[in-house]
Amino acid sequence: MYNFNYYRPLSLEEAAQVLSAASDGKLMSGGMTLIPTLKQRLANPSDLVDLSEIADLSGIEAKGDTVVIGATTTHAEVADSEVVKSQIPALAALAESIGDPQVRNRGTIGGSIANNDPAADYPAGLLGLGATIKTDRRQIPADDFFTGMFETALEEGEIVTAVSVPIPKKAAYAKFPNPASRYAIVGVMVAQGPAGTRVAVTGAGPGVFRVAKMETALEKNFSANAIEGISVPAKGLNADMHASADYRAHLVGVMARRAVTAAG
Amino acid sequence: MPTVSMTVNGQPAAGEVEGRTLLVEFLREHLGLTGTHVGCDTSQCGACVVHVDGKSVKSCTLLAVQAVGTEVTTIEGLATNGTLHPVQAAFKEHHGLQCGFCTPGMVMSAVDLLSQNASPSEPEIREWLEGNICRCTGYHNIVKAIDAAAQAMKG
Repeated sequence: MYNFNYYRPLSLEEAAQVLSAASDGKLMSGGMTLIPTLKQRLANPSDLVDLSEIADLSGIEAKGDTVVIGATTTHAEVADSEVVKSQIPALAALAESIGDPQVRNRGTIGGSIANNDPAADYPAGLLGLGATIKTDRRQIPADDFFTGMFETALEEGEIVTAVSVPIPKKAAYAKFPNPASRYAIVGVMVAQGPAGTRVAVTGAGPGVFRVAKMETALEKNFSANAIEGISVPAKGLNADMHASADYRAHLVGVMARRAVTAAG
Repeated sequence: MPTVSMTVNGQPAAGEVEGRTLLVEFLREHLGLTGTHVGCDTSQCGACVVHVDGKSVKSCTLLAVQAVGTEVTTIEGLATNGTLHPVQAAFKEHHGLQCGFCTPGMVMSAVDLLSQNASPSEPEIREWLEGNICRCTGYHNIVKAIDAAAQAMKG
């Protein structure tokens, strides 16, 4: 790992200030992706700005018909939260399926979505549930936030502060995990609620995406049978040592049907 | 170089480190607490698990500077006055180890599990050990030891 300057600011303003003063600053929360990346010398930031001590950024709250989760809230906190478990159990289960207990004790929702790993779980969760991402500058609908492989709509120096998730009528997340890393080979969030009927897929493509044909079919008839014949083209999907593009395309259908059945 | 200070096994600990110094390096090389092992160095194997503010974490994937002001517990901090912690005693009793390399992480991980769930089922124990890899035992006696420790701790 190359060396860097380390800062742990106590307020968002201070974080933004330190970040803008740095020649090549990088935000860090749990560091579960960033530290391994630094170890492999795949990144060489001049400065690390650790957001974990900014009090306002952590916590879970039910607000009207949404659940608001602070950016530095850990996966373990989301998985164990009574609010999330009672209002959006699919999201608690998704958080519980990430990595292992030690990773869940450090990794955060804000870090996960800002990184936007194509095999991460939260992008499918937030896109499928029609969440809104709050930053220190604006609010961004999940539909506009996840723009590509490791790419988001975040501008230079913009900091994710929270996500606001509408409480669905029903939702479920089904994942075919890599047995070693537990990253999604394919993961599908299916939800019906205030954000409409949504099917969001992670792991299969270069970034999270929705499956419009399945959404239309589920709108009419929310059952696994309704999407039985709908396939996703393999062209453009990921192919690696874990799964071919054809297999991933097949898994999208299987996981979507399992999620619909689980959502009930 | 940044100066870090934290509480390690109940005692104040401080030192000068680089920003990039890992918590496990600080524990092993600065404090001489070599009970915490580095196995894979890629946050997968769990040999480096310690507790930070009561929660199990992988100390190979945490910077020493991130642990400033926290309470860290390592395997050396579990026994009290020479009496093994019930989880340590159960690993010994049930032969929950062979080469012993993964054992400090296994024990620290198990202690965290039992602090949250006093009576885990066998599947829950196995699920919890997702982040701890053992290449000798096949896990069977580790699971048995954790179950026995849970019984022992309930008294």
